[in-house]
Amino acid sequence: MRFRFADRPIDTAAARSELLDPGAGACATFEGWVRNMNEGREVSRLEYEAFEALAAKEGDRILAEALMRFPVAHALCIHRIGNLAIGELAVWVGVSSVHRGEAFDACRYVIDEVKHRLPIWKKEHYRNGDSGWVNCEHCAAAPRHRHPTPA
Amino acid sequence: MTPVYGLILAGGRSTRMHRDKATLTYGGKSQLDRAYELAGRHVEQVFVSVRAAQAHEPGRAAKPLIVDSVSGEGPICGIRSALAAYPGAAWLVLACDLPFLSDAPLAHLLISRDPGKLATAYLSAQDGLPEPLCAVWEPAAGAALEAYQAGGGTCPRQFLMRHAAKLLEPLDAHALDNVNTPEEYAQAQEAMQGARAAPPRPLKIHYYALMREQAGRSEETLETAAATPADLYAELDARYGFTLAREQLKVAVNSEFSDWTRALRAGDAVVFIPPVAGG
Repeated sequence: MRFRFADRPIDTAAARSELLDPGAGACATFEGWVRNMNEGREVSRLEYEAFEALAAKEGDRILAEALMRFPVAHALCIHRIGNLAIGELAVWVGVSSVHRGEAFDACRYVIDEVKHRLPIWKKEHYRNGDSGWVNCEHCAAAPRHRHPTPA
Repeated sequence: MTPVYGLILAGGRSTRMHRDKATLTYGGKSQLDRAYELAGRHVEQVFVSVRAAQAHEPGRAAKPLIVDSVSGEGPICGIRSALAAYPGAAWLVLACDLPFLSDAPLAHLLISRDPGKLATAYLSAQDGLPEPLCAVWEPAAGAALEAYQAGGGTCPRQFLMRHAAKLLEPLDAHALDNVNTPEEYAQAQEAMQGARAAPPRPLKIHYYALMREQAGRSEETLETAAATPADLYAELDARYGFTLAREQLKVAVNSEFSDWTRALRAGDAVVFIPPVAGG
């Protein structure tokens, strides 16, 4: 399996070694980090939660697509779950290939698809004590019919 | 936003059925009771629309009634009478003879409602024309309906085609099938017996992230007759009051993405997937 979750810090040196290939002349990696600010709000930490059974399958499909679309040798993605502090590595993508162009393209493809398709959710905890699930709280503000309060 | 009340139309003359349609039963419950309870799961108050002559009939008299207060024939009188009785309210209007109607199309109708139009209605899956008797009618429709009747109009469907209405594609081809004749009644009963051959069975639901917090649990096993993920979401939404509408979610069955109309089987594991934010 080439996509996986990690519940502790990602060992990037070990991950990189999985991409080694005698025919590869290029390796592109992407690291997604936890930053201290989002949409103008000061973030103190993040919490990632995943529907792992489906996310792992869909993650493997994304990596298989990258290998089909671009002439690359290896592709790998590791996503953190659980509590992360500012500056921690949240997601790592690595691709090796003969030349650099396709390595960059495939790496970009994988991270873009991962962000759109995998059932992974991010809860931001803010400096002011508030918290919210990213992409879920704003859209929930749309008008919504009310149900009778459940007994 | 204006409040939405429910109006079950039970003032028809049932001429083709040769008996009062409101009293036809499915699974031991009258059509009128079924429609009344269905609407009650989506709006805060439900009334039954009747002609003055019907106001004391058992089965109707026990419910909050709106007795026709305008002269004329047909469902437009019932709708106008409701709009006149509560001028500030919009009305979820339902014919009482829609035995296949379920929670999901009503929830979708109410979420999709456009209060800036005179009404929000489904297009018929059969002929593509508006269905006025499973629709939300806005307060401003009152004056327009009065003018339409004054001009000799009697057909609410024609009214919707000639006025500003928001029209929705149907979610399900048979949700609005109605029952007008003894033959159609027999067919509908048979179809529903078939559906009930699959009685309530256990489904497993796993909750993640916002859904987990709002359901107050990460999983449960539920005995339910919900036929599809759409029906199941409507049932759980009524229980937990999720803030996300179904249109904002995806759904997975047995750890694969699924569409909302797939038939669920005993033991299926369902996950409702709110907007994702990986990376």
